[in-house]
Amino acid sequence: MTLIVDHLHVQHGAITAIKDLSFTIEPGELVTIIGSNGAGKTTLLRALSGLIPTASGSASWKGQSILGRRAEDLVRHGIVHVSEGKAVIPELTVAENLELGGIWRKDKADIALATSEVLELFPRLGERMKQGADTLSGGERQMLAIGRAMIARPELLLLDEPSLGLAPLIIEQIFSAVDSLRARHGLTVVLVEQNAISALGIADRGIIINLGKFVTSGTSASLLSDPTLRAAYLGF
Amino acid sequence: MATFFNTILVGISSGSIYALMSLSLVLVWRSTRVVNFAAAGQAVLSTYLGYEAMSRLHNYWLSLPIAVIAGALISALVESCVMRPLAKRSKGTAVESIAPVIATLGILGLIRGVVGLIWGNTFLQYTSPLSSKGFTIGHTTIPFSPLNAAIVIGAAIVLAIFAAIFRFTRLGLALRAASFQPEISRLSGIRVDRIRTIGWAFAGAAGALAGALVTPTAYLSPNSLDLLLVSGFVAAVIGGLESLIGAVVGGLVLGVGFAFILQYIGTQVTFSAAFIILIIVLFIRPQGIFGRGGSREA
Repeated sequence: MTLIVDHLHVQHGAITAIKDLSFTIEPGELVTIIGSNGAGKTTLLRALSGLIPTASGSASWKGQSILGRRAEDLVRHGIVHVSEGKAVIPELTVAENLELGGIWRKDKADIALATSEVLELFPRLGERMKQGADTLSGGERQMLAIGRAMIARPELLLLDEPSLGLAPLIIEQIFSAVDSLRARHGLTVVLVEQNAISALGIADRGIIINLGKFVTSGTSASLLSDPTLRAAYLGF
Repeated sequence: MATFFNTILVGISSGSIYALMSLSLVLVWRSTRVVNFAAAGQAVLSTYLGYEAMSRLHNYWLSLPIAVIAGALISALVESCVMRPLAKRSKGTAVESIAPVIATLGILGLIRGVVGLIWGNTFLQYTSPLSSKGFTIGHTTIPFSPLNAAIVIGAAIVLAIFAAIFRFTRLGLALRAASFQPEISRLSGIRVDRIRTIGWAFAGAAGALAGALVTPTAYLSPNSLDLLLVSGFVAAVIGGLESLIGAVVGGLVLGVGFAFILQYIGTQVTFSAAFIILIIVLFIRPQGIFGRGGSREA
């Protein structure tokens, strides 16, 4: 249950979005990938979840290569990606959005259990099950997107900027929910964030990337206490 | 007053056929963003297959499901063998959005040609056992016939089955999700390519039923369903292109509208009336009756 990324290159048209990137994430770790806009964070997650092709290098999860496989197959391999920008389907109801999470699974009893766990964690979703997802606030949409992902019973959760555009109080709620999900299910989490302080607050480690290249990595505490890094990459 | 109600009844009958064709077009538009001109060709081919089944089995009611299943298969083949590879080939090029539409025109022409080669360009009769003479109530005969009734009932049953599938099944949810947000659908484990083919199959089935129901009131020829395609488009635009309910309501509105024009103005203006209605709707409410105003939220 280790994620190994080795000398990964991803092309974005003529631009090399990810350049020779290597890192390893151990089972049960919560690692945040930090970097400014255009650092290649979103591209990295999209490559890992099978949404975009990679140019060279390798990546494996649970000992199997994950490159060149379709996103819909990687979900069945335990990799669930919550994409950027409150990934819900506004035309569907809250209940239908949650149902999507388990749509490929056969174990109906476990889907029901997972759904009740999500509603326990995010009671606001439970009150709005029959409403269209377009009626939800930004924070509720993010909760719905994470909830949908949890119903797929992920082993590796890829989260793309869950804090984007949300109020500080809501960000705190979402992050503590992610933290408790990880503790409860032994999830491995890759959290991509611009909001470095909040992300490092729950992460075990941080990996800083810039212009698609590895800069440094370290425990959250060590990154937060390095004044040079703080000024250059963490923005505070 | 009796004429008024009779006109509505007759309108609902032809309207249910337009509704089926409109549904066929909307299903394809929603799932792949393609305006499918080939729908008329696909429906004509499946109707010829129904005709063929009829001439062997001598049973219209058996030939009907055969035509519908054939229509679903033809449509699935068109999507998986032509449209999907074409979409992948043209992706990122300047003709990305128009190439598939032109391809559907090509398929329409091709199917017509092949049908003409096999069955000839003559008019064939694909008749139903039901009378197209109106019901008699007391001493008056109304224009609404047993065939009309069968059309309305047949279309209603199929529409109800479609609605139930879309609303209450996993397949229906996958079809809707894949048409709204393909990427989120893939990340939820939906095999979007396969779901699109199934969406086209549903569309083909609806179009085939429209063809097989409308043909007994007319003749069958390689281009006998072209007018039905036009009506289907107008109905789809009235309904807002995106909405399945809109497609059905659009079809019924158009059917009743035509019936009134036929009854009170005359046959010579019906066809132009379809286009006039189309243009008026586009001017007044381009998003249709059931369409959402403005653009969709990302």
